[in-house]
Amino acid sequence: MIRRVLPPLLSGILFGAGLHLGGMTDPARVRGFLDLFGDWDPTLAFVMGGALVVMAIAWRFRERMEKPVFGDKWWIPTKTDLDPRLVGGAAIFGIGWGVAGLCPGPGLAALVIEPASAAIFVAAMFGGMFLHRIATPD
Amino acid sequence: MAAFPGADPVGGLLGGLLIGLAGALMLLGAGRIAGVSGIFARATGIGTGSMDRTAAWAFVLGLPLGALLLGLAVAKEPPSFFDWPYLVVAGLLVGFGTRLGNGCTSGHGVCGVSRLSGRSIVATLTFMAAGIATVALMNMMGVGQ
Repeated sequence: MIRRVLPPLLSGILFGAGLHLGGMTDPARVRGFLDLFGDWDPTLAFVMGGALVVMAIAWRFRERMEKPVFGDKWWIPTKTDLDPRLVGGAAIFGIGWGVAGLCPGPGLAALVIEPASAAIFVAAMFGGMFLHRIATPD
Repeated sequence: MAAFPGADPVGGLLGGLLIGLAGALMLLGAGRIAGVSGIFARATGIGTGSMDRTAAWAFVLGLPLGALLLGLAVAKEPPSFFDWPYLVVAGLLVGFGTRLGNGCTSGHGVCGVSRLSGRSIVATLTFMAAGIATVALMNMMGVGQ
């Protein structure tokens, strides 16, 4: 049980701390990054850069490991096709991201920063996921 | 940065390194992608999947817990959120879109791009472009300011 739950819990804590430290729990900062043609705020690019460097190294380690430290096998996506769902879904997500400056991680992390606003966003996000499930029965 | 007085490159970079460590821990520890939308869907029962639901909840609840702990150590400027109608519209679009496109900024943007996954690179360029266009359009129309 601890073996199964502890890595995701610690990962979530590190993730939430990183989002808050990087300013991503402030929608104004995220929208500032997306405001490329206005008063641009490059902070999110530094967040992305830092995360990508560490993750790129992690993928190198993964190649040399037979299995995860606390698991029996890898659960890595294998799909490679660029279907319309991928692009359409990413476009719809991007519009929502631009509207309020929130994506799923910061929305959840902000539950302790600006509880009422974040709760409305998270509840609506759950609603959107539910609508998708109804729309696509498979 | 002189050119962008409002930017926080140090906080951004350090925050990004922590997020990278979070993704690395999930990958090398549990063998999984630290994708928030997918794990949130799994925790709440919207999505099916191989991940243990208790483990999915542990990750989801870790996010606000981590933000809370960081906030105790480092003082951040008060955030600025939009009013509820924007949050509702945004949340619906984000929820629906991330399910349809199989991921968000964490799963595609951080974990997928760093693995050079073609699907994740296409998704990331798409949601970045859509976000930039949305903010530009809202600014042009004077909405949400």
